[in-house]
Amino acid sequence: MSVVFVIALLGLIAAGYYLGQNRALRYRAADGPRLHSLPSYYGFYAALWCALPAAALLLVWMAGEGMLIESLILADIESELTGLSANEVGLVMNDIRNLASGGITSGDPSPLIKAAAQRYANLHHISLMAMFVLSLAIGAGGLLLAYRRVNPTFRARNRVERIIMALLMLSSTIAILVTIGIVLSLLFEALRFFAQVPFTEFIFGLKWSPQIAIREDQVGSSGAFGAVPVFAGTLLISFIAMCVAAPIGLFSAIYMSEYASRRFRSVVKPVLEILAGIPTVVYGFFAALTVAPFLRELGNSLGLDVASESALAAGAVMGIMIIPFVSSLSDDVITAVPNAMREGSYGLGATKSETIRRVVLPAALPGIVGALLLAVSRAIGETMIVVMAAGLSANLTANPFAAVTTVTVQIVTLLTGDQEFDSPKTLAAFALGLVLFVATLGLNIIALRVVRKYREQYD
Amino acid sequence: MSEQAETGEANATVQKMGKVDTSTVPTPTAPQAEGTGRVKMSGKDVCVHYGEKQALFDVNIDIMEKEVTSLIGPSGCGKSTFLRCLNRMNDVVDICRVSGAIEMEGDDIYAPDVDVVHLRARVGMVFQKPNPFPKSIYENIAYGPKIHGIVRGKAETDELVESALRKAGLWEEVKDRLAAPGTGLSGGQQQRLCIARAIAVQPEVILMDEPCSALDPIATAKIEDLIHELRENYTIVIVTHSMQQAARVSQKTAFFHLGILVEYGETETIFTNPRDEKTQGYITGRFG
Repeated sequence: MSVVFVIALLGLIAAGYYLGQNRALRYRAADGPRLHSLPSYYGFYAALWCALPAAALLLVWMAGEGMLIESLILADIESELTGLSANEVGLVMNDIRNLASGGITSGDPSPLIKAAAQRYANLHHISLMAMFVLSLAIGAGGLLLAYRRVNPTFRARNRVERIIMALLMLSSTIAILVTIGIVLSLLFEALRFFAQVPFTEFIFGLKWSPQIAIREDQVGSSGAFGAVPVFAGTLLISFIAMCVAAPIGLFSAIYMSEYASRRFRSVVKPVLEILAGIPTVVYGFFAALTVAPFLRELGNSLGLDVASESALAAGAVMGIMIIPFVSSLSDDVITAVPNAMREGSYGLGATKSETIRRVVLPAALPGIVGALLLAVSRAIGETMIVVMAAGLSANLTANPFAAVTTVTVQIVTLLTGDQEFDSPKTLAAFALGLVLFVATLGLNIIALRVVRKYREQYD
Repeated sequence: MSEQAETGEANATVQKMGKVDTSTVPTPTAPQAEGTGRVKMSGKDVCVHYGEKQALFDVNIDIMEKEVTSLIGPSGCGKSTFLRCLNRMNDVVDICRVSGAIEMEGDDIYAPDVDVVHLRARVGMVFQKPNPFPKSIYENIAYGPKIHGIVRGKAETDELVESALRKAGLWEEVKDRLAAPGTGLSGGQQQRLCIARAIAVQPEVILMDEPCSALDPIATAKIEDLIHELRENYTIVIVTHSMQQAARVSQKTAFFHLGILVEYGETETIFTNPRDEKTQGYITGRFG
């Protein structure tokens, strides 16, 4: 049914194009006044007037349909529902919906529910049909309207371009709206958490132990939500990762863009970029099975106490993972610095390294900072390597040989498995997410400021 | 245009090596031959290859100390290539190969023991498009002296920056905004900044690769005045597409064509009584 509808709508749109163009062509053939636009623009105009209203109707209908049908059904079975809470009403509605779609229900449905389900299915079918017919009708109406406006003085080209611009604008707004949506959903859940745990305790508390006693007699699970150790862990691991990735990535970018022969570059650059394509789980193996034991052995032989799950192992491997982000982007921005800068410096008798250090790198600074920022945000957001190599224990320590945990790891452990969605334990994940979001946002803003202040703009 | 070219050709055949129609020839106005009379740099059988392609053929030339030598010729004739040989800027180009000898005060600058960095400190360069570094005006000037250790301390640097800017005739215009970025200046100011930057390293020779091609006539006039002044202390080699400019600023002129140094001599001679037909054709605007 839906397929037929889609074909019909597409056919209508195509017909709109054809009719609009045809009418314009007829004007041209009739030797009347010169057409304002090319005939195809009249076609596009008619097609857009057909497609857009139909699409808008579909969207509105699909958004409102469910609520409308549900309220009709609930009105039907109101007698059954008296005295039930909102949640229980929701459960009943769920049963009806499942039953209607031929699914399984919780328990044996009463005849009234069965009837309601039947009615639900009917209403749904009717609504679907009505939606198809109406949207086709609106499409046809729009087409007719547009078709009648086709005449030589009508500025179809300008109109079409305006409609296209509006579509472009809509697309860019959608990205913004989704971001706002994400922030709001985080915010509301986080607020629920902060209703149970004080904000100051979360931000300044030094103990993280989110397990909460489910039974009264359970021991040792008091539930402490001080997020400092978790954030400290994230910072420590990201710092270690950047200590690995920033110099290696930057130096390799400088070598590749300024010193390496073209042949070397054409081999090494893709190989480096393969690093970015390795799944993080594989990096996790590497960290947990190879790097961590190696570091422990090394530490033991030096007389250091290194945990088998250490921040150093996770951070180092994470650093290797983000090398390509730094090197590839930095390489691009360094290559983009105009040759005139280099020649000017050579012409003054500067050596290659002086030129790179004092002219090329300052000119490429904004791009390099951008690359580093991207790498930092990857490091902060990375989960898998840390889960496998750094452990789960929330130690507040700056010792890279100890096991630490990170924000993302905690969010994963808090939200996986069967969870109650109103316990602080689960809601803490959202609070962590929110603070992480604010932190990275702040980082970005600071970095942008720094770049704007110190950038050396060529051209 | 084509008509003119035809009559020009006819003239050339009639006149052969005779008198030049001086109405179209720029009049040399630069003071002639006041240099020290010593040879500063000389090219001996200089050949340049870019990969398989030969760009310069056996160029022999003596560049006189404290004179302005202009290199003229149609596009692609090798004049810029030769200029860039003089401070080994061609070293940067992978496929470029230079043979023959270029001597500076008798020493081959392509000898293996020559440090190209020192050479470029002695032979400065100003480029076609003004290319100030994306730094402050002050830093642009101080860059060269700092890397060569010419100055010590802030006071000395300040002094050198001021004197370089004064020599380039830019001091009065920028003295209040030395911390502003050099890229914010106008095109002509940027080019004078680049000249000041080259002067600050205290070179002996300054190479200029079409220094005015991106500038308006007023800025061009300023640069030309500057070249006149600089001649007292520096040897200058300038590549130019404008024969008027060559006539105005230089004492010696070299005419290149298809990689060959066709004619080299006093600017006055080149413009009033050229030996070669091609030179004559070029300076009267018949080809090129």
